Amino acid sequence: MTTFILSQTGFVSLFAIFATGAIGALLLSRSDAAANWWGNLFAIIGSLWGIALGAAALAGNQTLSYSTTPILSPLPALDFSIDNLSALFILLISSIALLASVYALEYVKHFYGRYSIGALGFFYNLFIASMLLVVTASNAIVFLMVWELMSLTSYFLVIYDRAEKKNTQAGLQYFAMMQLGTIFVAGAFILLYHFTGSFDFDAMRATAFQIPTLWQGVIFFAALIGFGIKSGIVPLHIWLPDAHPAAPSHVSALMSGVMIKTGIYMLIRVLVDFFPMPPLWWGVVVLAVGAISSVLGVLYALTEHNLKRLLAYHSIENIGIILLGLGSALMFSSLSMPALAALALAASLFHTINHATFKSLLFLGAGSVISKTHTDNIEEYGGLAHRMPQTALFFLVGSMAISALPPFNGFFSEWLTFQSLFAGINSGVSSLTVSAFLLAAGALALTGGLALACFVKAFGVTFLARPRSPHAEHAKESGFFMQVGMGTLALSTLALGIFSGKVAGILQTISASFFAPVDAPALVAHTAALSVQHGFASVSGVALFALIAIALFITFVASTYGVYRRQRVVLGRTWDCGAPLTPRMELTATGFSRTIIMIFKRVLRPQLHVAATYAEGNTYAPISRTAEFSVTDIFREYLYQPAAALTLKVSELIKQIQSGNINAYFLYTFLALIGILCMTLI
Amino acid sequence: MITSTLLIIAQAVLVPALSPLCIGIIRKTKAVMQNRIGASIFQPYRDLNKLFHKDEVVSTDATFIFRAAPFIVFATTLVVAVSIPLLGTFIPHLGTSDLLAVLYTLALGTFFLALGGIDVGGPFGGFGASREMTLASLAEAGLLLSLFAVARIAGTTDLISIPHALLALTHPALLTAALAFFGFFVALLVENARYPFDNPATHLELTMVHEAMLIEYSGKRLGLMEWAAANKLFIFIVLGANLFFPWGVAATLTARTIALSLGLLFVKAFFFCFAIAFLESTVAKLRLFRLPDLLLLSFIASCVAIIFTL
Repeated sequence: MTTFILSQTGFVSLFAIFATGAIGALLLSRSDAAANWWGNLFAIIGSLWGIALGAAALAGNQTLSYSTTPILSPLPALDFSIDNLSALFILLISSIALLASVYALEYVKHFYGRYSIGALGFFYNLFIASMLLVVTASNAIVFLMVWELMSLTSYFLVIYDRAEKKNTQAGLQYFAMMQLGTIFVAGAFILLYHFTGSFDFDAMRATAFQIPTLWQGVIFFAALIGFGIKSGIVPLHIWLPDAHPAAPSHVSALMSGVMIKTGIYMLIRVLVDFFPMPPLWWGVVVLAVGAISSVLGVLYALTEHNLKRLLAYHSIENIGIILLGLGSALMFSSLSMPALAALALAASLFHTINHATFKSLLFLGAGSVISKTHTDNIEEYGGLAHRMPQTALFFLVGSMAISALPPFNGFFSEWLTFQSLFAGINSGVSSLTVSAFLLAAGALALTGGLALACFVKAFGVTFLARPRSPHAEHAKESGFFMQVGMGTLALSTLALGIFSGKVAGILQTISASFFAPVDAPALVAHTAALSVQHGFASVSGVALFALIAIALFITFVASTYGVYRRQRVVLGRTWDCGAPLTPRMELTATGFSRTIIMIFKRVLRPQLHVAATYAEGNTYAPISRTAEFSVTDIFREYLYQPAAALTLKVSELIKQIQSGNINAYFLYTFLALIGILCMTLI
Repeated sequence: MITSTLLIIAQAVLVPALSPLCIGIIRKTKAVMQNRIGASIFQPYRDLNKLFHKDEVVSTDATFIFRAAPFIVFATTLVVAVSIPLLGTFIPHLGTSDLLAVLYTLALGTFFLALGGIDVGGPFGGFGASREMTLASLAEAGLLLSLFAVARIAGTTDLISIPHALLALTHPALLTAALAFFGFFVALLVENARYPFDNPATHLELTMVHEAMLIEYSGKRLGLMEWAAANKLFIFIVLGANLFFPWGVAATLTARTIALSLGLLFVKAFFFCFAIAFLESTVAKLRLFRLPDLLLLSFIASCVAIIFTL
């Protein structure tokens, strides 16, 4: 069985499954239920196959290559290969896709009769398949094709709920940003081709180090910008908070959980895999980008009161944390410290996996809430823990994991990231590296604290206290399949935390293969514990979980049965200060984060607009008052809007040559021909 | 094996057993400084006993979070209690004594404390939670890096091993320790809702943070919350005393070393209690928007401390 899965036929069958799901769903479009079941069942089967493929390839620990003869002659050979890094991402993408598809069986029902379910199934299956192709492509041309396929399918999924104008606008913005990204990616690959003479990744890996330093730097920036747009690094993140809320929630879970990670995968592939000795400044730049993305991501998340936008900003924050690990790995690599580089890259990979798990969990939870309340404004929620207890529990687990609270998985990858930064401080090479690592550690600590505050807000305002709108008051718990999807992810966050030692050990093996072999690895990981830098720091997931569980049990039993067993618990009303208890007394999301926003007002630029309507002739007693508290998006205001204005201006100028006169166009063609002739002659 | 288990149990019992005494001593000192007689230093024990024998009122709006939070908050302090060098550096390592593990376990308690405050939907709990999370999020960087500065001198982030490693140094890095201690002490004050960040003795809505989150709790659950807060203060005092002033911390398990270690810890802890009480009697509480400046100072002091260790 394993041999078949790993064979070329097995690899092709994986995509045949998704293709069957896609086309079948489209053919069954007439019946919503049939299209839904067909599309998602094939996505489930395909994902299971993908999990098997990823696991078998990881266990086999060797590079598999697939090459398909092109059917259409102008196309190059379709080369794919699976090394350990690809296998890990196949496993990750398939696992998240599996649970998102199980969830979708139930979730998609609320689109019945409104949009074509067949089209959803079609693009959804193609989207998963394209992500799997992206992480296996081993030829730049093939890569660019599947990369575009991924952008295109996800674009159609973003604009799926097209009745709302803001969704189609978000889709357009997303597509424009993706095209901008592709320009940089294509530029990077063309330069690599120019210097290495081949589009094949293996050839690039073999000869990339010979590229002149200047051009290496250009390739670095092109790759960082191109793949950074996909990952959503600041300031290229602009599409992310708009596109994620627009897409259906199971798609948001996939986009935020795994699609943006394909950018990280390619950054590792190009920066780490192709260039074994990167210059020091590469790492410093990536570290700085990571620190800025993480702090700004979480600050903007705090200002949000749209649940899915809030989660989208947290994706930016977590991509920042992943880049802190990747940046450290690059720095250690150029400082010839392969053991520490492997540690830092393992931290980065671990956070990639963990973020995929808890962020898809949170997006699925958000989808569950939004599909039952029909609003994404968290100010209109409240008290949902009474009405949706399972969703509340799963969202709570996700919140704890993303806030890096032990014993959940987020803590252990942040721990490893901290250890990489600490190792950088300890290595003490130069004042530049030490201050870079120290500031990054400070940024990570600040991010951790602010993320905790943000999820107290997100969970507290959504699920606790009393409902603040009729929508929230009449919400009901989601169905079985949605709970299965969320519940499995919630258990995975716990399992990845408890067995963090095991997982980190596997990741260390994968990351170490990119660097020079070392005698004493910096990370010693076994089931019971993680230990870095020869005992400088160690932590045990099993022990943390066991101790918390035991302490909780003892506390509960001792205080409930140990003293005053006859205690009565009376239900009463919340203390209302003598006034009638209304939802307006509760904390709102805006109120919760206002203090933090005011503290960071230099960055966030908060604005308060107060307006009042008065009765005729009376300017003292207003009939109604409104106050709007908002923050300025400095990137939109100072980067994107000027850029858009400039583009429009240039277009206006260029428009002059579009006279509509056919003779003029002949002249242009003629001049262009002359130009090309001259160029070839020179 | 038996010794290890007994030592763990001893630490887990000692922290909750001694923590109310700390509160009692602080209150007594404050009373004396304000020319009052004040209650006995054992009054906090009586208060807890009273709370544990009262019936409870729980809001109809409360969810499972409100009911579970006190147990979780208290349990996190127990987990941390067995992960710090209280009796000495010989206590068994369970894999939870890493400095990040300890800080984030305490953060787990803060998370549920704040959620419990929001849960009942009263106006007090909400803003208490908002203020608590604001201060906690800004304090974290200073606290983490101040402990890391000490860990760097000691060569390990394992809190239990740090005192021993520090005592073995031939050239103690006094400047680093002093700067890091400043960073740590500011964090101690904010994490435990003390002056100038919070007023632990009032229920005036303009000033309170921690008490505001507990306002809906009563009976056993209030008792657990108050007790957990006392535990947290005691944990910070033990960390401050034994990491920054490691003299006398027992390295081996004999009756004499333990007696000396605990005796010295009492003296050191008394100085901490006195310092906190002194601050609370002489310093005015700062405005909420002035607090970030102080926390930034703690962060910078810790960063400079780390730079001095290079």
